[in-house]
Amino acid sequence: MHEPTDEEGLAALVRDARDSESPLAIQGGNTRAGFGRSVDGTPLTTRALTGITLYEPGALTLVARAGTPLSEIESAVAAEGQMLPFEAPLWARMLGNEPAAESTIGGVVATNASGPRRILAGACRDSLIGVRFVDGSGRVLKNGGRVMKNVTGYDLVKLMCGSHGTLGVLTEVSLKLLPAPQKTVTLSIHGLDDVRAVRAMSAALGSPFNVSGATHSPQGARGDAMTCLRLEGLSASVDYRAAELANTLAEFGALELDEDAASVQETWRSARDVKVMAASEGSDVWRVSTKPSDGPAVAAKFGNSRTFYDWGGGLVWLAVESGTDVRRELSGVASGHATLFRASDETREALGVFEPEVAPLAKISEDLRHEFDPAGVLNRARMASARTVAAA
Amino acid sequence: MEMPVPSSEIIARKAAILDRFRTVLPVEAVISEPAETRAYECDALAAYRCPPLAAVLPSSTAEVAAVLKICHEEGVPVVPRGSGTSLSGGALPTADAVILGVSKLADVLETDYDNRYIRVQTGRTNLSVTGAVEQDDFFYAPDPSSQLACAIAGNIAMNSGGAHCLKYGVTTNNLLGVTMVTMQGEIIELGGAHLDAPGYDWLGIICGSEGQLGVVTEATLRILRKPEGARPVLIGYDSNETAGACVADIIRAGVLPVAIEFMDRPCIEACEAFAHAGYPQVEALLIVEVEGSEAEIQEQLSKIVAIARKHNPVEVRESASEEESMLIWKGRKSAFGAMGQINDYICLDGTIPVSELPYTLRRIGELSEEYGLKVANVFHAGDGNMHPLILFDANKPGDLEICEALGAEILKLCVEVGGCLSGEHGVGVEKRDLMTAQYTDDDLEIQMQVKDVFDPAWLLNPAKVFPLASSESRRSGDVEEVSTVYNASETAAA
Repeated sequence: MHEPTDEEGLAALVRDARDSESPLAIQGGNTRAGFGRSVDGTPLTTRALTGITLYEPGALTLVARAGTPLSEIESAVAAEGQMLPFEAPLWARMLGNEPAAESTIGGVVATNASGPRRILAGACRDSLIGVRFVDGSGRVLKNGGRVMKNVTGYDLVKLMCGSHGTLGVLTEVSLKLLPAPQKTVTLSIHGLDDVRAVRAMSAALGSPFNVSGATHSPQGARGDAMTCLRLEGLSASVDYRAAELANTLAEFGALELDEDAASVQETWRSARDVKVMAASEGSDVWRVSTKPSDGPAVAAKFGNSRTFYDWGGGLVWLAVESGTDVRRELSGVASGHATLFRASDETREALGVFEPEVAPLAKISEDLRHEFDPAGVLNRARMASARTVAAA
Repeated sequence: MEMPVPSSEIIARKAAILDRFRTVLPVEAVISEPAETRAYECDALAAYRCPPLAAVLPSSTAEVAAVLKICHEEGVPVVPRGSGTSLSGGALPTADAVILGVSKLADVLETDYDNRYIRVQTGRTNLSVTGAVEQDDFFYAPDPSSQLACAIAGNIAMNSGGAHCLKYGVTTNNLLGVTMVTMQGEIIELGGAHLDAPGYDWLGIICGSEGQLGVVTEATLRILRKPEGARPVLIGYDSNETAGACVADIIRAGVLPVAIEFMDRPCIEACEAFAHAGYPQVEALLIVEVEGSEAEIQEQLSKIVAIARKHNPVEVRESASEEESMLIWKGRKSAFGAMGQINDYICLDGTIPVSELPYTLRRIGELSEEYGLKVANVFHAGDGNMHPLILFDANKPGDLEICEALGAEILKLCVEVGGCLSGEHGVGVEKRDLMTAQYTDDDLEIQMQVKDVFDPAWLLNPAKVFPLASSESRRSGDVEEVSTVYNASETAAA
């Protein structure tokens, strides 16, 4: 395993790999292993590239080397009363991994990992304002910077986010932060069917009360359906909005208010890490991103499966029988795209992990990958569609 | 400034090319008479002008695709144009280029409050997107100053921001999907009413690509419920440093205003003379706006005022009514108009880390003296997006050149302190040749490789964004010096 300790060392390793056409398997803490197709190659981890290089609380910005543990960043910003806006999820447990290392910020960015607050504060890609990376030719490159508003040249920052190490190896990332809330509460409604639950979440998200989380679990903790809404902010403001939101949603039933900090935190950590899916061992886990109002139709198609809605109904997690082609089942049922999140190597290879792209776009993807990684040494098959790798 | 020498070979084929356009467009959508193409010879960077070969105004995505296919086959450069409000020359044509205007594509296609999006054709103006949903208490968040006129197409091309992006983000954070036509004439759908991309983040790379990767004809935009209320507070200080320190303290304190605007003395004086907003005559003014219910506004404002008072302000004026709020904003919103009344000016838009505000303002002051031109500053302080306005006299020979040289120095200063050349106006032709101050050759090369993928022949808006020397091997033709409109006699002769 390669474990470079600086950017130039990493670039030299990539150049060697390019020259000898020896593929690399790029990873951070490897906590998200299993997300994406398996790749052959010598593992190269960025976890020795660590350290927060710049943190300006007065500018709500932070720069860190890619291998910096997520937990280190979260602690540093929490000490200043700030937070990462997109609520980075930890998927190791759900993916069935027992990683030796911690989740790194580079891994979070490479997978565009975003939690429940995505609906209000945006995804990881929306908070990412700068990157440094080494491309497949071993060039050290940068894009964006450390300021929130930057339209100087193309936005490769977004392109790198969620590119799963196939376009370059991230060495440093710059992120936008938000003030951490003074108070957080959960408002829950019990017993709603999926359609009513999504309607309630839409009403909440269409209100002026800045709802920062909206999930629905058809099989909640008490065995009945449970819809959860989150409010965050200054204390008096949260109290005010909680009361107003209860009025707004009166037609959906009584709202139960949870103000207990520990319990509120547990509710949203569980949602963030999709803990409910960890309990569905033996099943494949899919993540469907759709128009919220299409969410119930997605779940209905897999009536007997464990399901969990996040993002106000726009993100549907499904645990289905191994080998089920969810994409084929959903064809014509819902808009959006389906990602095969947890499955055996064989299933991921057979069905493809990411939604296939239409022909002109697939060609653009392929050409782009070739520009960034002409020798095909970076995580080559990671984002490949079903069974095309051999031909590549 | 230099532009590529127009291809005489293309100009010679003009009639044949126009004939082909007329096979796919109605006659009135193909504009080629000199009197009519004049409207398309420049955008809001009016110092540089050039009549295009022709302008075409398609009415549908299919027509856009047909036009691009023809241009691709004929090897004709295409300059996409929204409303022509670019401050960086993004829509400036060359004499061998076709302007592809999307102004006829202005319809709302779908509004969905349950799923909180609106789908529009991209020729629609920014403000009229909000106009389509405000009766139901929704709005579209990005609010560039030109929002009355600017088109969504241009907002996407430049990834436009506005005064309220501290809270709501810029265009890229509010764009859910697009219909895009490639230079080859292929129609591609990206994103939609759902969130996040299945593969690479194409929306992310298209947004802000200055019309160089494709022509966006339809957009799905996130709409938000309007806040219950909003109110500003005006805070005056006797130095820029103190105002800058106050901004950083507000941001650190855990309140997130929707806007923090900053004006320095030259700007305050000009605005006051123009708009009579009753601004105090101080060195630096902050306008801080918060949103929410009445109680929430009170809670946030009291925190902000407490922080402001620690820095010994000359004046703190909390708005007590709708009229007072409007008056506070009136001066700020008329800043550009006010400047235009007293002088010619160019408006820069570099971004800096907020912590570098005091130093940067001091250096701008020194540079201003050195070059002998006044600089007024008005900008979005919360996100560090500066808008230095350099005042000059267009009738004085050489003044524009001095002004541009000073502008370049100020932008390099922004990069030096850790910022960037452009926060929201885009690179266009204006900042093209400064890109090497921010990026290495490799950094620029990888961006140009992205364009190679989408537009291998470099026909879409080819002379923009990248220094001409950097893009030389990819574009066809040599470059020539282009005179500005202010050299009136030369322009007339040309």
